Amino acid sequence: MSAARAYGLIIGVVALFALVPLAGPSNTLLNGMVLALLIALAGSGWNLLGGYGGLFSFGHAAFFGTGAYASAILQSRYGVNAWAAFAVAIAIGAVVGWVIGFLSFRSGLRGSYFALVTLAFAEVFRIIANASPFFGGAPGILLKLDIRPANFQFESRAIYYWIALALVGLTMLVMRAIERSRLGAYIVAIRENENAAKALGVNSLAVKLKAIALSAAITAAAGALYVQYFLLVNADLGFGTWISIDALLAPIIGGLGTVFGPLLGALLLHELGELTRAIAGGVPGIDTALFGALLILVIAFARDGVQGVIGRLFARMTRKTAPPAIEAVS
Amino acid sequence: MRTGITTTLTRRNLLATTAGAAAASLAMPSYLRAQGASIKVGILQPVTGALAFDGQQGQLGAELAVKAVNDTGGIKSLGGAKLEIVMGDARSTPDGGTSEVEHMQNEGVAAIVGGFASPICLAATQAAARYDLPYIVDVGVTDQIVQRGLKNTFRFAPGFGIVSTTALDNLVKLNDAAGKPAKTVVLVHEDGLFGSGLAKLLQAELPKRGFEILDTIAHPTPARDMSNVALQIRAKNPDLLIPSSYYGEFVLLARTMQQQRIKPKGVYCVLNGAASNFRFVKEFPDAAQNVMDCNHWYDPRKEAAVALRKQVEAQGKFFTYNTALNYSCVLLLADAIERAASADRAKITAALASSTFAGHIMPYGPTKFVDGQNQGAGPVNLQVQGSDIKVIFPDAFADGKPIFPVPA
Amino acid sequence: MLAPDILLSAVLNGLLTGAVYALVAVGLTLVYGVLHIINFAHGAILSVAMFAAYFAWMAGLDPYLAMLVLAPAFYALGYALQRFVISPASHGEDQNVLLVTLGLSILIENALNAAFHSDTRSIDVAYGLDTIDLGFTFLPLPRVIAFAVACAVGLALWYLLTRTDTGKAIRAVAKETYGASLMGIDVAHIYAVTFGLGAACLAIAACLLLPSYYVNPRVGEAYVLVAFTIVVFGGMGSVPGALIGGLAIGVIESLTGLFFGDSLGQLGIFLIFILVLLLRPTGLFGARA
Repeated sequence: MSAARAYGLIIGVVALFALVPLAGPSNTLLNGMVLALLIALAGSGWNLLGGYGGLFSFGHAAFFGTGAYASAILQSRYGVNAWAAFAVAIAIGAVVGWVIGFLSFRSGLRGSYFALVTLAFAEVFRIIANASPFFGGAPGILLKLDIRPANFQFESRAIYYWIALALVGLTMLVMRAIERSRLGAYIVAIRENENAAKALGVNSLAVKLKAIALSAAITAAAGALYVQYFLLVNADLGFGTWISIDALLAPIIGGLGTVFGPLLGALLLHELGELTRAIAGGVPGIDTALFGALLILVIAFARDGVQGVIGRLFARMTRKTAPPAIEAVS
Repeated sequence: MRTGITTTLTRRNLLATTAGAAAASLAMPSYLRAQGASIKVGILQPVTGALAFDGQQGQLGAELAVKAVNDTGGIKSLGGAKLEIVMGDARSTPDGGTSEVEHMQNEGVAAIVGGFASPICLAATQAAARYDLPYIVDVGVTDQIVQRGLKNTFRFAPGFGIVSTTALDNLVKLNDAAGKPAKTVVLVHEDGLFGSGLAKLLQAELPKRGFEILDTIAHPTPARDMSNVALQIRAKNPDLLIPSSYYGEFVLLARTMQQQRIKPKGVYCVLNGAASNFRFVKEFPDAAQNVMDCNHWYDPRKEAAVALRKQVEAQGKFFTYNTALNYSCVLLLADAIERAASADRAKITAALASSTFAGHIMPYGPTKFVDGQNQGAGPVNLQVQGSDIKVIFPDAFADGKPIFPVPA
Repeated sequence: MLAPDILLSAVLNGLLTGAVYALVAVGLTLVYGVLHIINFAHGAILSVAMFAAYFAWMAGLDPYLAMLVLAPAFYALGYALQRFVISPASHGEDQNVLLVTLGLSILIENALNAAFHSDTRSIDVAYGLDTIDLGFTFLPLPRVIAFAVACAVGLALWYLLTRTDTGKAIRAVAKETYGASLMGIDVAHIYAVTFGLGAACLAIAACLLLPSYYVNPRVGEAYVLVAFTIVVFGGMGSVPGALIGGLAIGVIESLTGLFFGDSLGQLGIFLIFILVLLLRPTGLFGARA
């Protein structure tokens, strides 16, 4: 795929999505979309490590919460400007990712062991955030309502939508760039067969650390944006299992190790949720139960279908060009 | 149920096309429709997720109130317009709450009632404020809810500050009346927003009133076991135990204490999930005996309250405080709409702000909102005596005398 | 806090709690060891089992007797779930199993909420508050019974795995799936048997818990993370590891809770979890990975 094709598709899709607020949709729709984009962003971070890298994390909440809390603490306690806090929060997220990665990969953790250790880290963060006054304790941290663009708070939901979309778009471009780079080749090589890669001279520890740091940074960005949107973070919101699960559901449903997977999956999940609520709004719990059932059915019957659809789409788009340098195979 | 169908159909339309959604938002908001039509009221409760039980209880109270209003002629100043519920499931999360606020805004509700949990209330009131949508908080106790300067937010029930002050004042009264048998205290609290917030206030205030805090024991929710907490209580041997926990954990603690023969001179709960809960009394009469609580409660002097309790129990459900609170909040709203003689949001907000509504079933007296907080709101002191829960303070409508210290 | 009788009480409490943890963890470790999947639906199945035990009691059956009915019933349920739902839906891919069990857990918890509402219910059996007086502390009778039964079940499982043909087949499949199938072992059947055994253990655990605990749709969730910790601590796939790990974690949780408070005490469990994973990932008894 030529560079123009590769990046052009992403830019095209983002441009299309950017038009949505201009069509005058309801705030319900916009709000839903902002949430879906936040999940897509968090999921993109997960996808880098889990999809491309094959390292499934069950604790990406650790990075999401780090981004959210870092931004909130910097603003509320140290009076840092909201935009600066946002940037710093992402950097802190990367550092935390690197540290957790260092501890885990040095011990050679892979597969289920790695998944569980990330889960444990997220839980530890949650318990500490809940107990420690520095993190606001149980009530968490409330950002002051002060709607000014300079303060990263906006009257209109559309602006949050565009910012989230821009971040998702940027992430997709970065993913595409990685796919086409040596780093990407190393990441996939390590996923497919780490020993062989090492034998060929790939510094697997360094590569994995880069991957997890970037993955954490992206998910931390989602967390920091979350706190700007809701002006509230507490231990359950920041480090709870809900975001760990959403961040892995989206890319897996949408297509592991693909650029559009997280976005597609996040949208699908959102629609699935809306669908089940529309069908079964009456009795509490029925709609979420239905969601669970539909999830199982989607995996059972449409699993290949979802990927197949993407595959066919890509094949059609890239029909006239050479096969991509790296095949992102799930 | 009519409300369910209406909501479902409208959501289906929304889902059909984005254009449909766009059209719905651009269409004439329903609150500008002709008089005599129904007035939509948003009921936001966490009916699924961790808070599902409380959410469902709150929903029940709201539904019964709407029925009561409609059965007695609806909003008379608007030609008998009926209230119509737009139900929203907050899914026990703040983003669930804000999503529902958006939905309700789309449906053109005149106001929103509910939220239950503080984080949900904080997020939802803020979302509603964007549309100047009046929002009546039912339970959310954190005082930040009414400290953000949001003009649309009204809290009918008391917050932490009022509850802890009243609890402490009544504790002193109780202790003094019995000859001051209690000097030492152990605090037990759940480690979430509610428990920690309350514990912090109590820790600051108890010493000022002459009590000595021997220990403060935090526990998670959910807790698989309270044996260690009981162990520590036994080790410290306080005169008084002050637990602020949710239902499950307090039940576990009470049973464990019974098994371990731990009997302090009094168990004085504050906003406890089980202590003023009829299910607890019914299922564990022995462990529940003489447990005191300072909590939200209905006004037993009011006929409407007693009638409501009977109505709820006839359905096989337990009458909990948030059923009574939501019932009252909806009546408060109906009264405001009546006085505003309009479904216009600004008018309703003004009507709420100037409300002196006394037709509710809570022991708050006439309503008076200052900066969104109902000034008359306050908790009540209760005690489990026999198989019933009696009010022991305030004297104005107490129906039982406090048993303190607990007979050995 | 350091008084010997308090410490001893805490240790005993920990052992009693740990036994039930062990029973919950055993199912998880078996499923991991044999099927190599992390069963996200484990907690939800425990919730269902607790509801089943509750309704059995409402129908007049004492929980300890209900065990005899529910254990086989849940074995069948687990068998069917793995054979006819999880396996076909996942097309054999690991990450699909993750999603399917996740979907199952969402489905089950919310179906319970929809069907039975989220009231927290408890039962009041005659012996529910009986205790054994040890002088310095009282041991609640239901928890002592739970301890004894959990140990018995553990021994029974060990016997099953080491002395019976099915058990040997299970261990064969765990160690070398392909080789086992070449030996004529029906792998799909063994997978389902293992899952069934795990569910049966949950049913027994539920009956043991009910006299002391309560039931609502989310009750199983509270045990899942602890179960994972024990599985890792004891060694994934090791039944003795799960049993001893369960007891150990129970005691550790109790002691850290005593010294640092129950909230921070939870931290202790996860820090151990992390340390074990970083320093000795195979756990106490696990096979070298």
